[in-house]
Amino acid sequence: MHIFANPNRFLGIARPLTPWLAWGGVLLVAVALASGLFLTPPERLQGESVRIMYVHVPAAWLGMGGWTGIAIASLMQLVWRHPLAAVAARAVAFPGALFTAICLVTGSIWGRPTWGTWWVWDGRLTSMLVLLFLYIAYIALADASSDKGGSSRVAAIFGLVGAINIPIIKYSVDWWNTLHQTASISLTKNTIDGSILWPLPIALIGFSLLFGAIVLMRMRALLAEARIEARLKRMADA
Amino acid sequence: MNHWPFIIAAYAITIAGLIGLTLASFAAMRRAEAAADAIRKKP
Repeated sequence: MHIFANPNRFLGIARPLTPWLAWGGVLLVAVALASGLFLTPPERLQGESVRIMYVHVPAAWLGMGGWTGIAIASLMQLVWRHPLAAVAARAVAFPGALFTAICLVTGSIWGRPTWGTWWVWDGRLTSMLVLLFLYIAYIALADASSDKGGSSRVAAIFGLVGAINIPIIKYSVDWWNTLHQTASISLTKNTIDGSILWPLPIALIGFSLLFGAIVLMRMRALLAEARIEARLKRMADA
Repeated sequence: MNHWPFIIAAYAITIAGLIGLTLASFAAMRRAEAAADAIRKKP
């Protein structure tokens, strides 16, 4: 990771990588969603509403993955003082928040025909809502500290502490008796039939590639803004 | 209950959010990099 400590070296890799991730992601997401809508059969109990899984699960994965990324970047910022770690964490925050919101909304839409309700204060749903509030607080903290020219150390500590919520989300369905079903897929078991499951990994990879492209674009914007700020400061000092 | 309006709503929200975020991030990146290049070329 220290290879990327030099922003110019990072940009040399990020610039050609961004379009590859973006177009690869668009292609895979299009294939997965079209397959999920038109090629897979309805599920025995859920009926057609199972198709919402192809957007809901990747959104949940990226909402949780985004905060895991913030926590890792915050650790790198606090321990190794990696110069790009704070930039990476800030770049992940808004896309992570948006995917968490999409997860909550699509889950709510799925819940109405399947559970008969838009919302319940169940362990999984509530911990996911807490994650959205954590993202909003993180964005506010990171923006406030960057406005004052700080290195967002408080935001990094918050990013690290907030990671406690990730295992709570993951294991909430096991720890509490919730309306949300337990994990359907794990390393040792799979309760989804193959005829319904196959577009899901394509959607997960596609959404992840797009997420990567968006994060790279936001990092490039933040680095360019930092260059402008440094240049203006030099011009003012001269 | 017809599930399709729910499915269409979920897909529409996801796709709109994804397109909006991608375009906004791309525009912000292009704007910032163009401004950085312009200020670098200033004498």
